[in-house]
Amino acid sequence: MTIKEIQEELIDEFAMFDDWMQKYEYMIDLGKSLPLIDPVLKTDDKLIKGCQSKVWLQSEMQDDKVVFTADSDAIITKGIIAILIRVFSNQTPDAIVSANTDFIAEIGLQEHLSPTRANGLVSMVKQMKLYAIAYQATNK
Amino acid sequence: MSFDIKKIREDFPILKRKVNGAPLVYLDNAATSQKPQQVIDCIVDYYSNYNANIHRGVHTLSQEATDAYEKARKTLQQHFNAAQVHEVLFTSGTTEGINLVASGFSEILKPEDEIIVSALEHHSNIVPWQMLCEKTGAKLKVIPMCEDGSLQMDVYDTLLNDKTKLVFVNHISNALGIINPIETIIEKAHQVGAAVLIDGAQACSHIKADVQALDVDFYVTSAHKMCGPTGVGMLYMKEDWGKKLPPYQGGGEMIATVTFEKTTYAEMPHKFEAGTPNICGGIAFGAAVDYLNEIGFDAIKKQEAALLDYATAQLLQIEGLKIYGTASEKTSVISFNVGEIHPYDIGTILDKLGIAVRTGHHCAQPIMDFYCIPGTVRASFAFYNSIEEVDALVHAVKKATMMLS
Repeated sequence: MTIKEIQEELIDEFAMFDDWMQKYEYMIDLGKSLPLIDPVLKTDDKLIKGCQSKVWLQSEMQDDKVVFTADSDAIITKGIIAILIRVFSNQTPDAIVSANTDFIAEIGLQEHLSPTRANGLVSMVKQMKLYAIAYQATNK
Repeated sequence: MSFDIKKIREDFPILKRKVNGAPLVYLDNAATSQKPQQVIDCIVDYYSNYNANIHRGVHTLSQEATDAYEKARKTLQQHFNAAQVHEVLFTSGTTEGINLVASGFSEILKPEDEIIVSALEHHSNIVPWQMLCEKTGAKLKVIPMCEDGSLQMDVYDTLLNDKTKLVFVNHISNALGIINPIETIIEKAHQVGAAVLIDGAQACSHIKADVQALDVDFYVTSAHKMCGPTGVGMLYMKEDWGKKLPPYQGGGEMIATVTFEKTTYAEMPHKFEAGTPNICGGIAFGAAVDYLNEIGFDAIKKQEAALLDYATAQLLQIEGLKIYGTASEKTSVISFNVGEIHPYDIGTILDKLGIAVRTGHHCAQPIMDFYCIPGTVRASFAFYNSIEEVDALVHAVKKATMMLS
């Protein structure tokens, strides 16, 4: 699926929820189901700065796709990570770099975009795109 | 004046608003307090009726603004019981007050000198001293904390000696709400000839500090923690220090005469108040102090103690909830975690339920390191909070715990 298709799928999924609680319960479930990353990979150089909770992000190239793995010590943050990984992992660097992130507001998580949240959603997206830009550069 | 919580809540227009569809329950008072209509009106009145620059105009508005600003200084003098009105300096807030003193001492300290700070300090109270020590070569020593959040006073005794020039301690710790024994700290520092600066940012909304009774050298606070506006604060400076310390910044207001050869500085307070100050802020600071005194600090203390006791008892009934900072001398701040749940997660769910708390390290990373935790959820109560709001908090924490476990 393309990034756009996954984003639309997420928008449809989140539209099913009647209130914020169902939405957050779903995010918490997503967070719990996110595969844990190997503790040896949880090093400070993989920490994303600007998060109130700790977020570790790792990436690697598999064939022509970027594969992201990530973890956090806060469960709601992990839910957000799970959503971002679903959207951006297993995509080509070009697709990641050119993707927009309007879907975050559309699924009703716009409060996580505010700089005061400092939960790092914005930093996470930025870091994912930076990795993609780096892979783009090395492939050329 | 009898304490009528309903009537007091009417004074704060913001308490009527809703957040995420729920009535706002504001429990982040240690970060900043809400403002009563009386203070808001004072700000509107200033800009509507007598906004002018102070201390130099001969015109009526300038005189009115100057009178109101200096009246506010007088209000602060009386409130903090400073011996003289010029010992009360307006600043942009606690942080500037601390930096002003640190900057002054950078001219005085020698490499062999020592500074003592406590392990309970806010970042703003650690960084200026580290910078000062780097600049002067003086050594920074730290009074360690105990498990219950109080200071290890026996260690303090061993840190003091004739090289100690300054001691810096907060009156009340912002992360845990513990009241420090500043009377003893000041007395012992003075015995070795050291000066003392007390950070009263967290204290002044709860306690009326008497700078003469404390015999403190410097006392700083911020208006916004005391129902006043942001961007203004006070530095109380003993007159002797006002003579010894050099000016903080150059500019208008702080000079007596200027020629290209030599400038002579104005006397305090103006020596330390360069440039056009936050005039409206200063006047509104005075209005906020008047408002608090009208409620009365005894009444404030009683209401906050009732909230603290009730909230502590109710929260402790939640399985796995641990409160940090359990020393008996504390103000209405509860810093807690529930089991292994990240404070950020709890804070996020509480916000969805309309409850404003602080999560994180509260600018006091060393305290969090001491407890080996990433941070806490901090609920801090003010006199305008109600028992019903405590119930709402407890209910919400239970709900969050259920969702997150």
